[in-house]
This record gives sequence, structure tokens and C-alpha cells, in this order.
Amino acid sequence: MSTPTIDRAVDERTYASYARPLLWRLVATREFAVFALLAIVYVYARGSIVGFDGPLTIYFLFLESAPIMLLALPMTLIIITGEIDLSVASTMALTGAMLGIAYTKWDLPFLAAVGVAIVVGLLCGLVNGFLVAYLKLPSLAVTVGTLALFRGLAEGFLGTESISGFPERWTDLLKDRIGGDSSYPLFVIPLAVLAIAFGVLLHFTTFGRGVYEIGLNDEAARFTGVDIARTKLILFMLAGGVAALAGIYQSLYTVARGDSAVNLELQVIAAVLLGGVSIFGGRGSLPGVLAGVLLIAVINSAMRLDGVRGEVTEIVIGCLLVASVIAPTLLTWISGLVPGRVPRPAAPPSVGTTPEPPASGGSSLKS
Amino acid sequence: MVLELADVRKSFGAVQALRSGSLRVEAGSIHALIGENGAGKSTLVKIVAGVHRRDGGTFRFRGDDVDFGSTADSKGSGIAVIYQEPTLFPDLSVTENVFMGRMPLGAGRRVDRAAMHTEVEGLFQRLGVHIDPRRPARGLSIADQQIIEIAKAISLDAALLVMDEPTAALSGVEVDRLFAVARSLRDEGRALVFISHRFDEVFDLCDTVTVMRDGAYIGTHQIAETTVPALVAEMVGREVADLFPKTEAAIGDVVLSVEGLTSAGVFRDVSFDVRAGEIVALAGLVGAGRSEIARAVFGIDRYDRGTVRLDGANVRPGRPTVAIRAGMAFVPEDRRQQGLVVDSSVAHNVAGVIRTRLSRLGLISTAAENKAVRPWASRLEVKTNALDMPATTMSGGNQQKVVIAKWLATEPRLLIIDEPTRGIDVGTKSEVHRLLSELAGQGLAVLMISSELPEVLGMADRVLVVCEGRITAELDRSEATPETVMAAATGTTPDRIHLEHDTEMVQEVTA
Repeated sequence: MSTPTIDRAVDERTYASYARPLLWRLVATREFAVFALLAIVYVYARGSIVGFDGPLTIYFLFLESAPIMLLALPMTLIIITGEIDLSVASTMALTGAMLGIAYTKWDLPFLAAVGVAIVVGLLCGLVNGFLVAYLKLPSLAVTVGTLALFRGLAEGFLGTESISGFPERWTDLLKDRIGGDSSYPLFVIPLAVLAIAFGVLLHFTTFGRGVYEIGLNDEAARFTGVDIARTKLILFMLAGGVAALAGIYQSLYTVARGDSAVNLELQVIAAVLLGGVSIFGGRGSLPGVLAGVLLIAVINSAMRLDGVRGEVTEIVIGCLLVASVIAPTLLTWISGLVPGRVPRPAAPPSVGTTPEPPASGGSSLKS
Repeated sequence: MVLELADVRKSFGAVQALRSGSLRVEAGSIHALIGENGAGKSTLVKIVAGVHRRDGGTFRFRGDDVDFGSTADSKGSGIAVIYQEPTLFPDLSVTENVFMGRMPLGAGRRVDRAAMHTEVEGLFQRLGVHIDPRRPARGLSIADQQIIEIAKAISLDAALLVMDEPTAALSGVEVDRLFAVARSLRDEGRALVFISHRFDEVFDLCDTVTVMRDGAYIGTHQIAETTVPALVAEMVGREVADLFPKTEAAIGDVVLSVEGLTSAGVFRDVSFDVRAGEIVALAGLVGAGRSEIARAVFGIDRYDRGTVRLDGANVRPGRPTVAIRAGMAFVPEDRRQQGLVVDSSVAHNVAGVIRTRLSRLGLISTAAENKAVRPWASRLEVKTNALDMPATTMSGGNQQKVVIAKWLATEPRLLIIDEPTRGIDVGTKSEVHRLLSELAGQGLAVLMISSELPEVLGMADRVLVVCEGRITAELDRSEATPETVMAAATGTTPDRIHLEHDTEMVQEVTA
């Protein structure tokens, strides 16, 4: 629809791309603080905690926290739009259960069973997404409901049974290491690919720009032609699909159970918020979230190796999370104090009794 | 002198809302405060009410220098502010609303309801109104709610009552009752400040009047010594012609064609064309349905019947994306809420609509956005340090330029612009007008909605007047005068409108 009628501009004014130099833009962010904290904790743990530098630490750190890392990817985008998905852990359990049922009870080939699990995950996301995006119901209420629903289905299908005995080819592949004996499991590669895909989607596509705009001001986004309902539906379906991957992973790594991954959604959300995503939407980045997830994983692992009890670890992570939520508010408050935003009348006004209104008012007549 | 404000200044970020506000109100008088929207009246009132703190200037109340840090401070000193939309607690009783925050305590620190009811009944008797103090506030008319606010003010023994456009939502009888109450309060020796856009009310009720314009004090007059035209001249402060550099443009083919557009209860049977090179204004009173028509055309809202065609092709209803693809651009009324993502950067805002076109293989880069944004920012002379600055930091006029830049970047066939200059400074106003004129000259079809009659008359090639959801008149540039437009907007014939009434309507529309 290009119109020849509107003159393109002549470049008279020049505009800088950025107001601040690159270094400052990188350093003065919440993400940087999380990365810095991650580095400090990691270096400290390597130096002071016996066994942290052992070959198995990193290996198990990734294997253990893989589901959180997976689920945090779509969760980041959902929270940036200002929504939330509490049902991801239940979806994970349901898809794991479906994988087990399809493989052992229906005797489907393994890859077909994986397909069934992914379809179930996408359907779970479709239910959430449809209710939130098209019926405009609050996602908190919807996904609290589906959290119970999906969990109920998973436990209903499997009861107290747990399904194992998936093909060893696949369970072994999961536990293989890159290059045979490095401390990184092979699983890190697809995880990294997925993380990069989500990062690109959020930061380098028009879809991602829309995600931020919806979170900052959905009305303006609508006036700009962002398809809000479609965006949200896609995000919830992505969450469902990735939850299915996590469910498959968990079934292979351990067993398929109806009550696996209980309360995992809270850890996922905690990691996302710790990584600098605003719970009000509109702010955050994927690298920050990855740092947040790793930070929690490293703290967990380090404290376990140090013989600290699990409850204490939870307390530490809880405090960290609260601090990370308070920090930006605190910073705004402090920076608000500095330039003296509430100027007082400088000198006591001269107490004259001249009733004439001030002359300065008259000066505005000239324009 | 109850209230004395002199040379009061207030800025919000880069926007100077009040450059030099002054107001002197005597006890036992009703003082009118008038001015166009954006003149700084509301900011001044909010400083008096303790909502905002002034940046500088003198503020004396009952002879003392004051600086209210909160509305509670201002109330405690004896100032009551009554807003256009009263803010009562709907589920509490009338009495509880009057005594909110200071209920009298009886024996055993229990709330003494009996004493409260008695006092409220006494207050209502004095005001001459019949409202049951025990009923909940929910369901009361706006007029009754205002009376309750006034009763609250009296029970607080306020020395100064500020009423911000109290009559905007009232019927004739209710206005008379309010005025009777206001006069009796004046006769008790209280001071009242009355903000209104209706000249007949100002002349009927008030003793003195202060005019403000562009954030500054212009003048104070005794009502008996001034006239409507004199006040209008002070409010507007300039010849209309200066502001509207309308140039003749060659009118081309029909670009937008709307036929029989109907949305139940909002507008009906709306049909009109907009041609290339033409500026068509939708005029009318606030609430007549003008913005709703524009929103329906652009696909923000759905409609029940009718067709919208752009360059002859039907535009599917209810989807802004479709309208944008067809070549429409829409600068909405509410800049901060609808026009911009204010927390987003200038670059992201300007590239907001065209970014699909900027992406390669589905990927978009900041560099590509910046490259596309620069010429438009420069063309509109957007003032910013850098393209990654958030739009929040900019003034209203600059933000409007960003919104316009964002839509011009789509190279549209039709520009719908709702209130193009609302709340922006005078300089930018004329820049926007010049731009609209230029764009039309280059063959863009422009559909402009404006509540400012001078803007409508100054800019439009054709004026469509909307009254209660219908187009009641289509006026050529030569036919459009304040009289003809206002007649159609109010559904009367021009000769029935006598001058005074007319000016009042004009000012109401200007608001």
C-alpha cells in the first residue's frame, strides 16, 4: 500500500541511537546484578565448598534443574505480557502420565507416545490460552483451576502407579555427556537451542515486540494492531508444549507419576522473577531469567553439598526472591530522594499588601 | 482575602502545567475560574487541594503561608474541593460518607450513630434537600452526591469551597438547587471557587472571574464589568486564523466510503466519504458518538450494520490489523493510554506499526528500527536525546508527534485523527495543524475529530456534524460557521440560537 504522496523526510535532525554508552547500558540493569550474583556464588562455591568442583556437580545440577529451565522459557514470555501460568507443573505430570500410558498400555512405539504427550501438552495450553485470550478471563484464576484439573487427570489416569521401563536407548541418551566424559550432560544442547529460540522470539521478532507492548499497555498495543488474543494463545500453547517436553524428560530421567513435579510452578515463577522479569508485565529479558534459574540451581547444589538442610536452602532462596522484588522499588525510591523532588518555597515571600495580581502573568499575553 | 495564590508554578517532568498561576478569592464571594482545557485550572485547584505541591510562588490561605503536603492537610485547614465526579463510598450510608474519617464517638468508644444522623439531617435541612441520611450512597444521582460533598464541606466548616465543573452532569432543576445552596453559603461568608465552561452560569452565579490561559494568569474582573466576548478574547488570546495554516489542496478520488454504519445505542445510519487531499471534520458535542464512529471505522469496536470501504474495497470489521493493512492510520484520542506505549522507547513506538515490514526472515533488529524511525522523527521534529528514551519523559506535544510519526511511517491512504491537539502546547498545536494541511496537500485523506470549534472551522474542507449518534449536517468550508455547526450539534436551527447562548455552546465545545 505504498503511497507516493507522503514526502519522506530530509535528514535534518540527527538522533543518537542510545542515550547512554554501551557499558553503562549493560551494567545498570537488574540482569547484570543477577549475573554478578551468579558469578560470585559460583566462584565462592568452587573455592570453599568441598566437592563442588567435582565432575558430577555440574552434571547433576543440569539434570536436576532441567525441568525448571525448560518451563521458565515460556513462563518468561507469559509473565512479560502480564499473565501467568500456574498449571505448567500439572501439565508436566499429565503429559508424563500420557507418555507412560501410551507407551506401556497402548503399546505405541516410543516416538508415537512422545507425540501423544506433546499433543496433550499443546491441548492443555490451548484450554488455558482460549479461556484467557478469547474469553478474557484472568489467567491467575484460569490456571489455578487447570492446575487442579490437569493434576487430577494425571493422578486419575495413573493412580499411585508409577511407570518406568522406557526404552534404554532413550534413557541412556538422556544421561550421556557431551564428548563422553565432560561434566555437561548431552541434554544441555537441545536445552540451549530451545533457550536461544525463545530468546530470539522475545528479543528479535515482531512477535516479541508485541509481547512487551501487551505487558506495558495492552490498549495501546491493540490500537497499534497487535493481535493480543492470538499472541496470548500462542504463548499458552508454547507453555503447554514445553511442559510436555519437561514431562517427557522427567519420565525418562525418573519415572512417570501422577504426583511428579508438585509445586514446581512456584519454583519456576520464582526463578523468572529473580531473573528480573516484572510480575506486572512489560519488563525482563531471557538472559536474565537463565541467570536466575542457574543461580537458584547453583545455590541449591552448593548448599546441599555443604550439608545444609533443605529447609534452610528454601529460606535462603525465599529471602533472595523477596529482596529481588524489593530492590527495584527501593532503587526508585532512593533515586527519587536524590534530586530533591519536593522543592520548598526558597525565601519567605515578602509580606506586601499590594493587591495587584503579579505582573508576570501579563508577560504571557505577548505570545 | 481568604485565598491568595500568586505566580504559582508547577511542572510534571518536562511539561510545565502551570507557569504563573494567580488567584485571589475574597470571603463571602463566588469566584469563577475559566480557561480552555490545558489552561492550568485543574493543576491550580489540585495545588489548593493538596494533591500536588507547587514548585514555586506564593500560596496564602486566610493570611497564612501554607504548603499542603496532602489532601488531609488542606481539608484540615478548611478547604473543601468538590470534583465533577464525586468520590463517595457507594456501600456506606450517606451519614457515614459525610463523617468519613472523623466519626463522633459515644460511650465506650462506639461510633455515635444517633448524633451523626441528627447532625446530617440538620445539614440537609439547611441546604433544603431531602435525602435520607440512612440510605447507602449507591444509586444517588450525581447532583445528590454533590450535595453530600457540600454537606461534608459545611460540617467541616470549610472556609473555601472549590467546585470543579459541578454542573457538567446536572439537569436544569438540579443546577438551580446547587446555585441556591452556593448563594446561601456565600451569604454565610464562605468563599467559593466555581470552575465552569458555561458562560451563562458564570454570569448568573459569580461575583468575580479570573481567566487563565496556557498555564498563566491573564486577568481578574468583576462580573458586572465584563462581557462574554471580552472573556472569550482573553481565554483564546489570539486570532483564530494564525493557528490554522490551512492551504488549498487538490481534492481527488474517494478514499474512505462509509455507508449506513450502525451500532445499536451508539450511532446509526452514518454515511460519508472522505476524498484524497481532503480534511473532513467530525464535529459535535462530547458524547455525540464521533470517536465511536472513528473507532468502528478503524476496527477497534464492532458495528451492527453498514459497510466501510477504502479505495473501493470492503474493510472487514472489528480488526485493526485489517484496517491498517488496507491503509488506515488512527491517532486516537487518549494519547497516553491508546496512542503510545509510554514506557516503551521512541524507536519502538514509531516502528510499532511498520515493524513487520522491517523484519528480515522474521527477525527484527534495533538497528533496522532506528534506521526506519530517524527520517520520521526528523520530519516531525520530535525532540528527544536518543531513540531509546522512553516516551514517558516527553511533553504532550512531543508525544503526539511520536504518535503521528508512527502512523505516517505506515504511509497510509487515510489518516483518522481524534483530537489532534488536545492538551498540547500552542507552538506544537500550530505545527500539527501545518502538518495536517501539508499532508492533505500531498493527497492524504484526513478524517479529523475535534471538540475545538476553531480547529474544526480553521482546518476542515468539510464539516460533518454529529448529534446523538447521527450525522445531522454536512457543511462546506464556506457554510461552516460557529452558528451552523452548533445548531446542528444541538439539533436546532441556526436562527433560533441567539448570540449569548451560542457563545456558551461554543465554549462548552471548546472544553
